[in-house]
Amino acid sequence: MAKISPKKTPMREQPPKERIKNYDEVPYGYSPAEAVLEAQRCLQCKKPMCIEGCPVEIDIPGFIGFIAQEDFKEGIKRLKEKNILPAVCGRVCPQEEQCEIKCVVGKKNEPIAIGRLERFLADWERIEGEIEIPPKPKQTGKKVAVVGAGPAGITAAADLAKLGHKIDIFEALHQPGGVLVYGIPEFRLPKAIVFREIDYLKEFGVNLYTDSVIGRIKSVDELLGEYDAVFLGTGAGLPWFLNVPGENLNGIYSANEYLTRANLMKAYLFPKYKTPIIKGKRVATVGGGNVAMDCARTALRLGAEESILIYRRSRPEMPARNEEIHHAEQEGVIFKLLSTPAAFHGNKNNWLREVECISMKLGEPDDSGRRRPVPIEGENFTMPVDVAVIAIGNNPNPLIPSTTPDIEVGKWGNIITDPETGKTSKKGVFAGGDVATGAATVILAMGAGKVAARGIHDYLINEI
Amino acid sequence: MVKIIEKTQIAPNIHSCTVIAPDIAKKALPGQFVILIPDEYCERTPITIADWDVDKGTVTFIFLEIGATTQRLAELKTGDDIYSFTGPLGKPFEIDNYGTVGLVGGCYGIGGIYPVAKALKEKGNKVICYSEARAKFLLYWNDKLEEVSDEVRYSTVDGSLGTKGHSFDLLEENLKSGMKPDRIIAVGCTYMIYRVAEVTQAYGVKTIVSMNPVMIDGTGMCGACRLEVGGETKFACVDGPHFDAHKINWDIIQSRRKAYLEEEIISNERY
Repeated sequence: MAKISPKKTPMREQPPKERIKNYDEVPYGYSPAEAVLEAQRCLQCKKPMCIEGCPVEIDIPGFIGFIAQEDFKEGIKRLKEKNILPAVCGRVCPQEEQCEIKCVVGKKNEPIAIGRLERFLADWERIEGEIEIPPKPKQTGKKVAVVGAGPAGITAAADLAKLGHKIDIFEALHQPGGVLVYGIPEFRLPKAIVFREIDYLKEFGVNLYTDSVIGRIKSVDELLGEYDAVFLGTGAGLPWFLNVPGENLNGIYSANEYLTRANLMKAYLFPKYKTPIIKGKRVATVGGGNVAMDCARTALRLGAEESILIYRRSRPEMPARNEEIHHAEQEGVIFKLLSTPAAFHGNKNNWLREVECISMKLGEPDDSGRRRPVPIEGENFTMPVDVAVIAIGNNPNPLIPSTTPDIEVGKWGNIITDPETGKTSKKGVFAGGDVATGAATVILAMGAGKVAARGIHDYLINEI
Repeated sequence: MVKIIEKTQIAPNIHSCTVIAPDIAKKALPGQFVILIPDEYCERTPITIADWDVDKGTVTFIFLEIGATTQRLAELKTGDDIYSFTGPLGKPFEIDNYGTVGLVGGCYGIGGIYPVAKALKEKGNKVICYSEARAKFLLYWNDKLEEVSDEVRYSTVDGSLGTKGHSFDLLEENLKSGMKPDRIIAVGCTYMIYRVAEVTQAYGVKTIVSMNPVMIDGTGMCGACRLEVGGETKFACVDGPHFDAHKINWDIIQSRRKAYLEEEIISNERY
């Protein structure tokens, strides 16, 4: 056997100077030859550690083994046994802290590029046009309503449909996909890929109703009258703001609004698409997570001369994935670390003119284990900016809790669930994703969708 | 997607549109709104529900041709589909027996106060409507409003019907001469409802206004519709759209409404 290459097979990507002028995807993905080369690095461990790291328990060595043998058709089949959104997960999962961190090769060398291989198979299948719909399972006669067509809802719907239950999904927006469509930008996750994966679900017999806000057009209790169980995956809710003076000036967006305008409503194609977005010359994004990186990089593509990221801790504490931070740096996002806005100042027409920041230093670790940022007295500074995007997180969506009085919620308005089953305090109602956990990742929401699907199945069939 | 079964220009640039939306008709309450997108290129646009019929399964709304999206909407004809139509959204008005209630409506708000007047009247209130426009030919639904209220008081800027001036001028006159309403409700453009709030504050009359900030999703996700009420940040789509007019920070509202003026001009020119 040939010696294992110590490094991952690199993935080609658009050069930074070019890509900030377009909305096309940044990494190109592996060619078949590159994928095979990378797959051959896998040791095919008898006791694979990588699977333990995967929230949806994909048979990782299994699908990689097929790639190594150039049998992509079997590879994608194996992958889809556990994950119906491989094209999405291959792109947006934090593999470096889930499967790849556990990879045995990774102990001495770079781990196997599991995410890139996952993406390769999904793209191969889509491009080759040989998407196989598995035979329809025997129907149980049970009906489940899934609320929200984001990562949690889609995953729960797919697993439940595979188990033979009849599934109707209710989506509040005019397009399905949730955060995959309104939040994650086109250059990171092309929307055509998301819609293809959702079409796959429809071909599998799942019904999708868009423009349907549960809590308004139908209550959860009314759904319980029509369905045997309900899954709530309503996702993110109202954004957090900094609560500093001047935050309601014109030119200040929440990350949710900024990204929804740009992605769901396609403001980057204005005026062909009629939703406007303020294209600042100097845009400040506040936050250090993946969403903040998405905003800072979107600002560049909308034509900002300078995109500045303001984060209160230092680079090692940033919650964003390394890859995202790296891409942002490559593209020229300016990192203003150990700083936090103290106030926003506007002109006489209430338009944002500058941001006043406080310098911070790191103190003792807090509950999250990260060192707490402490303000340095007297070290305020200002920067001229004309747009600011606040990307510091959000509450769970408030609509279901506020219209379902007998469902138990936590102090942030999150629906309380049993982590083993997704059960809520209300009989027959399950939940998962951001509405239960608060803002987290796509794959965690999918994991919660999977857990709840099992919980719902047990409830429907075994009455547990 | 919903089908338009009736669409009429009821005054210059003001249209009434009725669509088939039985689920929304079943749930609609006075003061709620829908978010619609005329075609896939248009903006998500919040519009107040003006009337509905549970038996026929229809929903009616009034809109003003003002930007590129509403112009596109105005082009659609009976039998056409509206690309996306979501509702009912927002909290309804509280309906109780308050005694005497004054309802002030201007532009789309004349349609907006209609279901509120109807519900308040059914609850036993004395309902006085103030319907305003720049001129008589811009008023609409006079018969409908008169049907569901004790009295409709008209005001027009050019004096062609009712009192010359704005509704808030007439309201001020009435308050000055001793009218003591238990509550005032105003639906319409920001300037009008702001002026109503100013007038009633001086007389200490509880006033609820229907806010119409920019919205995107309308389901409590994006935060675009935030406003400051009683020193707290509120979101019109889920906490509102109705708020105590005397607790609203109006300075911020006026400037936030104008945030996209330049882009609106580009869209309109292109259109």
